[in-house]
Amino acid sequence: MTKRLLALRDWVDARFPLLQLWNDHLARYYAPKNFNFWYFFGSLALFILVIQIVTGIWLTMNYKPSAELAFASVEYIMRDVEWGWWIRYMHSTGASAFFIVIYLHMYRAMLYGSYKRPRELLWIIGMLIYFTLMAEAFFGYLLPWGQMSYWGAQVIISLFGALPVIGDDLALWIRGDFVVSDVTLNRFFSLHVIAFPLVLCGLVGAHLIALHEVGSNNPDGVEIKDNKGADGIPLDGIPFHPYYTVKDIVGVVVFLIIFCAVVFFQPEMGGYFLEANNFIPADPLKTPEHIAPVWYFTPFYAILRAIPSQFGGVVAMGAAVMLFFFLPWLDRSPVKSIRYRGWNYKIALALFTLSFIVLGWLGLQPATTAYTWMARLFTLIYFLFFLLMPFYTASDREKPVPDRVT
Amino acid sequence: MKSVEVNSERRRFLTTTASVVGGAGALATTIPFVSTLTPSAKAKAIGAPVEADIDDLEVGERKIVKWRGKPVWILRRDDAAIDELSELDDDVKDPASNTEQQPFYARNEYRSQRAEYLIVLGICTHLGCSPVYARKGEGEAHRLGADWKGGFFCPCHGSRFDLAGRVFKGVPAPSNLVVPPHQYLSDTRVLIGDDSAVVQS
Repeated sequence: MTKRLLALRDWVDARFPLLQLWNDHLARYYAPKNFNFWYFFGSLALFILVIQIVTGIWLTMNYKPSAELAFASVEYIMRDVEWGWWIRYMHSTGASAFFIVIYLHMYRAMLYGSYKRPRELLWIIGMLIYFTLMAEAFFGYLLPWGQMSYWGAQVIISLFGALPVIGDDLALWIRGDFVVSDVTLNRFFSLHVIAFPLVLCGLVGAHLIALHEVGSNNPDGVEIKDNKGADGIPLDGIPFHPYYTVKDIVGVVVFLIIFCAVVFFQPEMGGYFLEANNFIPADPLKTPEHIAPVWYFTPFYAILRAIPSQFGGVVAMGAAVMLFFFLPWLDRSPVKSIRYRGWNYKIALALFTLSFIVLGWLGLQPATTAYTWMARLFTLIYFLFFLLMPFYTASDREKPVPDRVT
Repeated sequence: MKSVEVNSERRRFLTTTASVVGGAGALATTIPFVSTLTPSAKAKAIGAPVEADIDDLEVGERKIVKWRGKPVWILRRDDAAIDELSELDDDVKDPASNTEQQPFYARNEYRSQRAEYLIVLGICTHLGCSPVYARKGEGEAHRLGADWKGGFFCPCHGSRFDLAGRVFKGVPAPSNLVVPPHQYLSDTRVLIGDDSAVVQS
């Protein structure tokens, strides 16, 4: 039997580089031996992508992308389709989980300087994935055709309308109608289930190819390829399979325990994962009194609200996302990992973390005068983290970096 | 096999022309793809004017009519409310309605054809949410301050408008609420989306 299987493997291998792919990306891909907790989130993001694609395919079997039928078809999935509620809660919880994991994955890069040379392109591809994911989430959010779906889409599309000269025509082109309507819903459905998932999968592939070309960074920020043994294998590297495949499976198990607890016991997460207003069918004549985007967009939403000018707000919001792209060049520190950085960066990152969380919270609150001023203060801190980075990282007092990982 | 001398100049010319022609073709193909996303003939056709009955409207009450898929508000104001508008002239961005956000017949201190009725598009000029109507005295309940004289506030980004749809200073909305074209068919009926009779007179 084993002999037969080996023969089959050899038959395939003569026609397709199966063994080579396996070795290059798993069995002989050497990753640093000192990965910690923060290194779970890359593989977890991939796992969630699979959940989203599979549950998405199943949801599409019962969902109807029309303004007349969309809301009712979601309720049909929730009430009448066998296990339909489970498929939908997996998908809606998966969306929030995706952003939690991606934010932690990005934060890891900021802690350990993973975006720094030679991983700039890896970081940029990752940011493109984040961008695509935001668009994917936005398109998907319109589909249930609830009040928040409708008014959320109205606001985001109007952001493009705020651009000078081309704005109005651009917004009209995106909607395909003079208001958010059946036409808009139908095209968002197409983009959500075909176009953007395809782009996402392509970018994830490119991200992995780039990662396996340069190799993983690690909590010490030391290049393991600088210290190779006589056999050409990094002294501080261990094969990804079985060492990290097993580690990542443990991560998946822990993740699934938490994820299932949410899916089965708190699928709406107190209105953070599924907002109460979205259980009301879309009404083009009435905006709900308390409107806020889903939690993963609220930091940027708070920045938008903080600027007392329409165009300025849109620009600030766009810049808040775009600035991440430039991190590899804004950061002038000779050191990657926070372990060996000086106080300048540590304090700056702490302030940035605080401002991101506070802005996220403010984005969920009504826009009162006090909150607006708070949002302005933290928006300022948010931007200064990036804009002053070349100065405070260049003048930082780093600790000596060891030659090998610790 | 005979050895042929490569004419690299001709090869380059052929490569360039083939790329340019092929590229132009590919570029032209984007036209139908981009065009299908613009509003269809059907979407453009749905724009007929709508009639609204204002007979049953009480003072301070607002009616919402759907025109071109958007909310149009008809608000009945009393003399006291109209008189108070001028007190806000320093607090609003465009007190004299200099920006083209209304037909000529609504370019006055109360921004309407007939002072009693305010008719505006209920869409915030910031990012398109529909603002909430807060009457005079409801300021505290909506966190607008005790001296609120009545008007509208946008739940999305906190923009505020007075009872003439004029935008306040220091809020994200750039301009006053839009006054749609409209005309009165009688004292109790108004036609939204058509002002041919007013324009001609």
